[in-house]
Amino acid sequence: MDDFILEMKGISKEFPGVKALQNVTFQVRRGEIHALVGENGAGKSTLMKILSGLYPYGTYGGDVVFDGQVQKFTETRDSEKAGIAIIYQELALVKHMTIAENIYLGDEICGNAGWIDWNETYQRTAKVLREVGLKLSPAARVIDIGVGSQQLVEIAKALSKDARLLILDEPTAALTETETDNLLKILGSLQQKGVTCIYISHRLNEVMSIADRITVLRDGRTICTDEKVSMTVDRMIHNMVGRELTNMYPRKERPVGDTVLEVKNWTVRDPVTDDVVCDDMSFRARKGEILGIAGLMGAGRTELVMSLFGVWGKRQSGEVWLEGKKLANRSAIDAISAGISLVSEDRKRYGLVLGMDVKENSTLASLDRISKLGIINKNEEIKSAGQYVKELRTKTPSLEQPVRNLSGGNQQKVVIAKWLLTRPKVLFLDEPTRGIDVGAKVEIYNIMNGLVDQGVCVIMISSELPEVLGMSDRILVVHEGRITGDLPRAEATEEKVMHCATSGS
Amino acid sequence: MNEAVKGTPSVKEGGVKDLIVDSIKHNTKQYTMFIALIAIWVIFTFLTDSVFLTARNLSNLFVQTVTTAILAIGMVLIIVAGHIDLSVGSVLGFAGAVCAMFMIKLEWGVVPSVLATLLVGLAIGTWHGFWVAYRKVPAFIVSLASMLAFRGLIIGITGGQTQGLEMAPEAAANSFKLIGQGYLPTIAAAAEGHVHDTSLYCSVAVIALFVASGLRKRAARMKYGFTVLPLNLEILRLAFLSAIIGTFAMIMVMYLGIPWSVVLVLALAVLFSFIAGNTRFGRHLYAIGGNPEAAKLSGIDIPRRTLALWMIMGVMTAVAGIVYTARLNAATTSAGQNAELDAIAAAVIGGTSLLGGEGTIFGAVIGALVMASLDNGMSLMNLDITFQYVIKGLILLLAVWVDMAQRKK
Repeated sequence: MDDFILEMKGISKEFPGVKALQNVTFQVRRGEIHALVGENGAGKSTLMKILSGLYPYGTYGGDVVFDGQVQKFTETRDSEKAGIAIIYQELALVKHMTIAENIYLGDEICGNAGWIDWNETYQRTAKVLREVGLKLSPAARVIDIGVGSQQLVEIAKALSKDARLLILDEPTAALTETETDNLLKILGSLQQKGVTCIYISHRLNEVMSIADRITVLRDGRTICTDEKVSMTVDRMIHNMVGRELTNMYPRKERPVGDTVLEVKNWTVRDPVTDDVVCDDMSFRARKGEILGIAGLMGAGRTELVMSLFGVWGKRQSGEVWLEGKKLANRSAIDAISAGISLVSEDRKRYGLVLGMDVKENSTLASLDRISKLGIINKNEEIKSAGQYVKELRTKTPSLEQPVRNLSGGNQQKVVIAKWLLTRPKVLFLDEPTRGIDVGAKVEIYNIMNGLVDQGVCVIMISSELPEVLGMSDRILVVHEGRITGDLPRAEATEEKVMHCATSGS
Repeated sequence: MNEAVKGTPSVKEGGVKDLIVDSIKHNTKQYTMFIALIAIWVIFTFLTDSVFLTARNLSNLFVQTVTTAILAIGMVLIIVAGHIDLSVGSVLGFAGAVCAMFMIKLEWGVVPSVLATLLVGLAIGTWHGFWVAYRKVPAFIVSLASMLAFRGLIIGITGGQTQGLEMAPEAAANSFKLIGQGYLPTIAAAAEGHVHDTSLYCSVAVIALFVASGLRKRAARMKYGFTVLPLNLEILRLAFLSAIIGTFAMIMVMYLGIPWSVVLVLALAVLFSFIAGNTRFGRHLYAIGGNPEAAKLSGIDIPRRTLALWMIMGVMTAVAGIVYTARLNAATTSAGQNAELDAIAAAVIGGTSLLGGEGTIFGAVIGALVMASLDNGMSLMNLDITFQYVIKGLILLLAVWVDMAQRKK
């Protein structure tokens, strides 16, 4: 008989018109690391919200059994008290407070008089920080530490509340590889100490390296729960999407055309710190190719494309030539009218006006094409937005749907539609598949191929090596602001790219 | 995702039912506000022995709404773009005083005085816009500074005295008064009956225009192959809305006719609704307020748009100041006090989100009517001024709470 710390039995949850979960069974053994995988919309978040008490007892069917007892959580505080801690993808730390203040936020250690006992607070904080392997002062402000450390602070916060079941939702989405390795190591050591962990991730390799058992959800149903040893990445993907993804990277052979974009000696400084972020970078991009830009986080890739687009940095020197014409690109306005578009890495921050609907977001950068004397032709607007909804297979109930309500993959398609409507010659894609599910990724890849066929020059930044290697015709590797590798597809291997990205030679 | 892979169309071609459901969903807020307004009217009708509902009182109510409505129309755009303008009360008073001084001290005619005052408003708006757009000072501070400064300048130019317009040359003073107090003239002698022919004809013309534009829009949608309401339902919809417009018009026609100032507000409301909904400028304002970073990356020239926005607000405030002064027939040092709060309250009651990116002109006008109705009704009841303030405050709180609760759903 297995010793389950958590059993969710026959869980069902309905939203108006949608059966989010149907008879889901999810069992976690005491002391294991249990991975929960599935596409976006498969029901992982809903399941975790039921577990945390965010969806209170009575609004769902089935039983949550924790520590052998049926739990009737009505708010998140109840589940916390029971020893369940959830760490969400978007970290819930107060940026301007110190680590110690954050860890004891809402649970401050008070003396008899009711004042906060800071000595005790800092001492206990130092202790939990050691447990998660963070060598930081408890008095450091959260804003000054890296994302990886912030993640660990969240875990420390959970430990300080004596959490016995730790749930991590996409913990490594924003982490670099070293940080990821570190996190996985910490989780391993917590497991030694008896903490049970539910690990939700899209990164299947991580799942394979850390999990003891794996549960796959699809369309609100449990597809399988298996020991890791009997699972492979391919089988996981198969179970997640319900079909074989025979070719994850649908790359096509294409003839390479003329140079479209040429960047010469591009040097840019950070406007705040004045550090050189792009150091004498020169490269060309040709018609009919996908140019991949690889490198570690913070290497200067995003800064490179943002500065080429005219929206970031203090320009030092260098030239941009587009189809033989030199560009000024002092702002996004110049870049767009010259034919350059940028799908940025953070679609919610830079890409979308979340309260606006699909059609308004789609046409935002190309309103001049559908207006006369500043007046928008609304019918033309519906037509052009509708055309791209069809072409990109964006799933939305209507063009009037606020983009806030769409899933990540569909939001990304709206951003892409916005830029395609400006009819770009060069399209920068900065982490185009971040945070979207496997199926939508493949669709984005197909869109990229389609664009290249139409003669658009596509330049893609990606931190996922298989993606860069799978999709690019040529790969630039960036290391500390310099281009350290320019590899044709035939020569590029994971080892070579990583070598250029880390050592810079 | 699975359907998409199979190749089914990924966007539903909305049927007629979807169209109706969508349009109800989209306009719930406007319907609730409208119903709330009617509810307030019904309550006051009972509390005042039906005095509230007389044509005379309602007609007065519309006139009393005018200044707040004009300010609220501008304020919606300011708030939509993520700003706030606290200076409108003082600037309104200042513009009114300037206009009065042009007519009294310089003995200018109405047209030059009004035009010059609008220019003064434009200049003030440009000043605000410069600081907000190009010097990045928060609008709250820029307008707070002007709120203080212009209250002082009013005292400066009026010498701290109420400047009655009877001191201006008589002909000019009389026609100036019309802006605030006059009604559309009549052609036939209307004195004996209660029918004001021009007002009636104008109302009919407006309804005809409304119906025609509704049908034209439908035809355009059909040309593009989009779903439209079946003709009988469309006619029903237009008839219903026409009836509402007609009722409002008849109230005024039955009293002294349509006031010039109400005509002005309606014209501004239509114009600005169009600007907000159908122009690049309007769309850009919503995008800037909704997400400035995404707006910037989409190639929107935020400083330029912001400057233009504040210039418009300056002119609108001057317009409000002129109408206000003409209605009072005098420039006073306290003119426009608290008007900024009424305008902001009207916009917010009308569904404008203080977070930016959301709000409608129509809502703000209804909001202004709500505020004016409260003033008017409570005055009719001879309610103690203490309670008048308290009740207005509580209604504002309630309205925003209802709006937020609705939004959550």
